[in-house]
Amino acid sequence: MPETTVVVAADKGVVVSAEYFQSYSVVGLLAVVGVLFVAVAFGAGRLLRPVVPTPEKLLTYECGVDPVGEGWAHTQVRYYVYAFLYVIFAVDSIFLFPWATVFAAPGYGATTLVEMFIFLGFLAVGLLYAYKKGVLAWT
Amino acid sequence: MNDALDVTLRLLVVFVVFLTFPLLIGQTEHKVMAHMQGRLGPMYAGGFHGWAQLVADGVKFAQKEDVVPAGADRRIFQLAPAVALLPYLLVLLAIPIGPEEGAVGEVIDAGVFFVLAVMGVGVLGALMAGWASANKFSLLGGLRTAAQLLAYELPMLLAAASVAMAAGTVSLPGILNAFEWWWLPWQIVGAIVFFVAGLAELQRPPFDMPVADSEIIFGAYTEYTGLRFALFLLAEYAGIVVLCGLTTVLFLGGWHGPWGADGLGWVWTLLKTAVLAFIVIWLRVTYPRLREDQLQKLSWTLLVPLALAQIALTGIVKVVIE
Repeated sequence: MPETTVVVAADKGVVVSAEYFQSYSVVGLLAVVGVLFVAVAFGAGRLLRPVVPTPEKLLTYECGVDPVGEGWAHTQVRYYVYAFLYVIFAVDSIFLFPWATVFAAPGYGATTLVEMFIFLGFLAVGLLYAYKKGVLAWT
Repeated sequence: MNDALDVTLRLLVVFVVFLTFPLLIGQTEHKVMAHMQGRLGPMYAGGFHGWAQLVADGVKFAQKEDVVPAGADRRIFQLAPAVALLPYLLVLLAIPIGPEEGAVGEVIDAGVFFVLAVMGVGVLGALMAGWASANKFSLLGGLRTAAQLLAYELPMLLAAASVAMAAGTVSLPGILNAFEWWWLPWQIVGAIVFFVAGLAELQRPPFDMPVADSEIIFGAYTEYTGLRFALFLLAEYAGIVVLCGLTTVLFLGGWHGPWGADGLGWVWTLLKTAVLAFIVIWLRVTYPRLREDQLQKLSWTLLVPLALAQIALTGIVKVVIE
């Protein structure tokens, strides 16, 4: 009967999501344990250590001499193109994971493989383009 | 009730592993490095071959004054060590060590994904430290850390994706269940890419440009003292445990072994992890530091293309044998 199927499917859905949240609730618990550990360590450290601040001690450390210059300075930003490259490539490669779990399943086979090569081709051409443009070298 | 006890026990085990294994690796590093360099290493603390050296270090760190520079962004500066350390604790939960049902902290369906995502958070700690210290050297170190993450996260992701393709699942226990011995030669390129990229993300030598002591003192950690500094160090060694554990699970078959995989699978996991950790130490003693541009070049012109080639190979083989 159609109705039963619906009920079963709904039940299954609930169970799956319950398990899903259960495994992540354990992750959450462990995160709480970790935060507690850090808090206890910092708290205990506060009780154990001496506190004798002096102005010299609180100076920024620059190899033992007094800090030179302001906090702001000119600098040449190198490699920022890498950051763009990374964003583009990483977002692309995220899509690989869901695809990776099904691409060899029955009914996919050669078609998905061709699709994968198109995908890889895009990535490779992108990389080659960046290389040719010279952004992968120290300027 | 039983469930609660079970979960508590698991969390406890993961936590104890998180606190002890990094120390074991640290102590091994002290001794192995020393002997490779014709020294003895620590010999006094604890009596027998200086086994308690890191305990003594910990006691010393706890007693040291906690200095926050006057110019620093106080809150962020103080929080940074926790942000660097805790992601590795969470990753440990997902690493399976044996074939049995319960031989993993918690089965997480999106395992590979979860693990890579959480590991990426650790780098934020170094960035926070670098920016909040209000120190030029720290800032340079933090930015180098960021540049390194940008370069090496990608080959790591791609290599992990190759294993997920081979297994047809992204769950870590699922990958191990699907593992066959011939995956070793099949995925070897991916394994090397993953391991090298992981080393770079941990800023271990030869990829320790962000903490290069001869140029920028100690990078993002320059201004840290006492307990907070110790937590950064702990994060580095916890990172080695996690990286070696993950490489073992993803590429070396985890609990699979020539024999004894049923009862003693966890021994195989630990053994493989220990051998990889030894290699990490060995590399530190062997290779000089890579320069910043060499470091970027290695990733973009070698590791990324290699990882893409591995994915192509995995795809072809997988479709052919299905």
